[in-house]
Amino acid sequence: MTAPVSISLDVNGERVDALVLPRLNLADFLREQLQLTGTHVGCEHGVCGACTVRVNGEIVRSCLMLAVQAHGAAVQTIEGLSDSGEVADLQAAFRDRNALQCGFCTPGMLMAAQDLLKQEARPDRDRIREHLSGNYCRCTGYQAIIDAVETTARARGGRRV
Amino acid sequence: MTITSANPEILSELDRPNSYIGKTVPRPNLERLMQGRGLYVSDMELPRMGQVVFLRSPHAHAKIIGIDAAAARRVPGVIAVVTGKELADVITPWVGVLSHLKGLKSAPQHAIAIDRVCWQGEAVAAIVATSRAVAEDAAEVVRVEYEELEAVTDMRTALDPATPVIHSALGDNLAFERNHDAGEVDAAFAGSDEVVEADFIFGRHTGVTLEPRSVVADWNVAEERLTIYQGTQAPHMVQNIAALHLGLQEQQVRVVCKDVGGSFGIKVHIYADEMATYALSKLLRRPVKFVADRVESFNTDIHARDHRCKGRIGVKRDGTITAFEIDDLTGIGPYSMYPRTSAIEANQVVNLVGGPYVMKNYRARARVVFQNKNVMCQYRAVGHPIACSVTEGLVDLAAAKIAMDPVEIRRRNLIADDGYPCTSPSGLRFELLSHHAAMNKLMAMMDYDALRAEQAALRAKKVHRGIGIASFIEVTNPSAAFYGVGGARISSQDGVAVRLDAQGSVICQTSITEQGQGSESLTAQIVGSVLGVSMERVRVILGDTDNTPYGGGTWASRGAGIGGEAALQAAKILRRNILDVAAAILQSSPAELDIAGSAIVNGSDGAPRMELRELARIVYFRPDTLPPGTQPELMATRHFVPREYPFAFTNGVQASWLEVDTDTGFVKLLRHWVVEDCGTLINPQLVDEQIRGGVVQGLGAALFEKCVYDERGQLTNANMADYLVPMSGEMPDIDVGHVVSPTSETELGAKGAGEAGTAGAAAAVANAVNDALRPLGAVITEIPLTPQVILTALGRI
Ligand code: FES
Ligand code: FES
Repeated sequence: MTAPVSISLDVNGERVDALVLPRLNLADFLREQLQLTGTHVGCEHGVCGACTVRVNGEIVRSCLMLAVQAHGAAVQTIEGLSDSGEVADLQAAFRDRNALQCGFCTPGMLMAAQDLLKQEARPDRDRIREHLSGNYCRCTGYQAIIDAVETTARARGGRRV
Repeated sequence: MTITSANPEILSELDRPNSYIGKTVPRPNLERLMQGRGLYVSDMELPRMGQVVFLRSPHAHAKIIGIDAAAARRVPGVIAVVTGKELADVITPWVGVLSHLKGLKSAPQHAIAIDRVCWQGEAVAAIVATSRAVAEDAAEVVRVEYEELEAVTDMRTALDPATPVIHSALGDNLAFERNHDAGEVDAAFAGSDEVVEADFIFGRHTGVTLEPRSVVADWNVAEERLTIYQGTQAPHMVQNIAALHLGLQEQQVRVVCKDVGGSFGIKVHIYADEMATYALSKLLRRPVKFVADRVESFNTDIHARDHRCKGRIGVKRDGTITAFEIDDLTGIGPYSMYPRTSAIEANQVVNLVGGPYVMKNYRARARVVFQNKNVMCQYRAVGHPIACSVTEGLVDLAAAKIAMDPVEIRRRNLIADDGYPCTSPSGLRFELLSHHAAMNKLMAMMDYDALRAEQAALRAKKVHRGIGIASFIEVTNPSAAFYGVGGARISSQDGVAVRLDAQGSVICQTSITEQGQGSESLTAQIVGSVLGVSMERVRVILGDTDNTPYGGGTWASRGAGIGGEAALQAAKILRRNILDVAAAILQSSPAELDIAGSAIVNGSDGAPRMELRELARIVYFRPDTLPPGTQPELMATRHFVPREYPFAFTNGVQASWLEVDTDTGFVKLLRHWVVEDCGTLINPQLVDEQIRGGVVQGLGAALFEKCVYDERGQLTNANMADYLVPMSGEMPDIDVGHVVSPTSETELGAKGAGEAGTAGAAAAVANAVNDALRPLGAVITEIPLTPQVILTALGRI
């Protein structure tokens, strides 16, 4: 084992300085060291999408990134997106549509959906299905999630007009 | 939605003004989960908590010659390395049998293997350390010497005399056999115009709950109490079993179940590694956390299905089904799972085959055999997909043989909607089903005739689309007939306690649990409706054996039908108690009063008389002002279990519309429809989403999911990249419709809905693929329908 490395980063708008082992991944760093447990771990090998967070504006699978790689970066987790209100409308659409059951996939889904909605104003259902196709949901069968994202896209599109 | 109301003039508890029953309202716990502020067991941290990693056998079957853990014990941060023998001082072994499944046998299973491992993935040692990473490092330096034994993997040869017997004391590898013979089967086949046979093969698959199994066990040596935090569907069962095997009283064990990241039957069992975690906490006198990683999940979460079923159907030229016969073989791994046993599924297959049809002649044999593979046991819709696929596959083959439309043959044989109550050839008692109404509704929803026309037109252009239909019955609301009669301490009854607090809000404790189905919501909806208070003022507490009434939990689609009825009955008592006090305070009579909008109102004109908050204030803080002799009881408890019918059978029908690419073997799902009858719908949206989720799990089994073992018993695809599950891109939109036949066994009338989607989805898809391929002369009776299976059937590879 190598010695701990010191890193500094911005997490949800707060500056964080920490000592981490080089092998520690970002998901475990967020969950265990910062106790931001909203980021979930489903597979630990980059397949399920439950650990999706935003690093410097791009969504990444935090189980595939090392904490040391986040040195100097701005990281946003579901807690941050919730508190800033950035995804409040998306969350409301999820609530109205019961687009979550156990909720374990939900933080990652919201992250991925918000990423799509930031890039495209009017994604159609196929496009939404495609963009979310790296995120497992074992409970809902996806349709409610697609509906909720579509509703949000429409509402945001409407606001812009 | 067809709602059949007996007498609309009389308002029942369910349709009082402002009732939430039958309304789509958001679940109360969603906000927490969406903000990432839930508390799953994998999130939990306790002071001095150690993390356990299990060292697992790389062999499917081997003797353990020796374990050298000296180097691992020296790794900094390691708290303990514990072998099976050491742990056996703290926890006793178990045998997973039930007395009502006659002849079912299994061998004693230990929390950690002692002399021998029986599947790849069985734990041989536990390494507890200050972090999971340290424990994993240490696990790498534990030396285990094995002597590999021959592995029994193929269930088809498990009973051959030349095959080694896995547990020699049991004499053979047969865990359970059931034979059933009803009517005049041979005569019926002899008198049939056509007899069709097929061999059905069902892949072994597993649940892949997104949150792996997780446990934190905390033995407080000063209190002599063990607190188990576990994502479980049955907290009281865990309490009972943990106490039993650790030599404790039930009151020394508390099971707390916070948010659970998926269950589907995977988390209704108690696994050896979970038992080991409880025991380790007791042994080490500190909290111990176990969170399975994904590879462990694939190797140790129960697997499901894995059947080979020979089926036969007799039919007359007019479409009358004369007889069914099945011979089912299933492999369950090396042990019958505890405490529910692994024989229930095969038993269920025997029970359910032919279930939707009027038919007296039925012969069945089911054999359950041991293998050196991971344990197999109950997963969502236990036995249903097997029974439905065999039944509906045979019905379609029979229809094709006599050149009859698949819908027509079903209409001629499904039990008539006015033919109830009745008994199936396997002895199941049906109170009230609605097969024909469901089929009619399905036909209208999918526009069957138009689809058939489209299919024919596309066929001319060499586009191969198919329509598959699958009728099914579903077991829900189980009574003690499921487990209790077999001696398992798994409660079939559930309890709810409701109380009015000092500010007029309602606290409700229920023994059912929440894993996302909406237990919390439906409880609040029912209690709010009966009491006349808004749902926001009802707080539901569940998943804590110290703080809820004793009960079964949430499995087998029993939450709404059993837990919901208990909530209804408890709320009715509390309502009566509240009105009694109100009458005393208001110098009125209870009959003249009602509760609405969180206030006592006049029954006659609805005029408000007193806020509930005010009533509670008087009762709790100024009882001295109550008339003498008034004894207010602002808390009420009721327990419920169905007694007349051991199960509330439900029914439904599914249809799949898909396209098969005959060059690549890929199946594209285009559309899926479900009509089901779960009786009273408490929250239609929650029911629909339960069904959609269930359908997609069934679609996974139909097309993708399979645990692939090699002949040495190695699971070769134990990760999410190689084990395929449905993703959003491949799933179709799913239309859900309802027929509503409430059960008269309860006032609520709710039956379960959780299995329906999974029960029929694979059968509908398989029938649709065969429908698409019929002109090409291919018939497939195997799932998952992988490109390889399809291309092989087409003779392309
Ligand atoms: S935990 Fe990172 S993708 Fe699954
Ligand atoms: S809601 Fe359970 S995994 Fe998506």
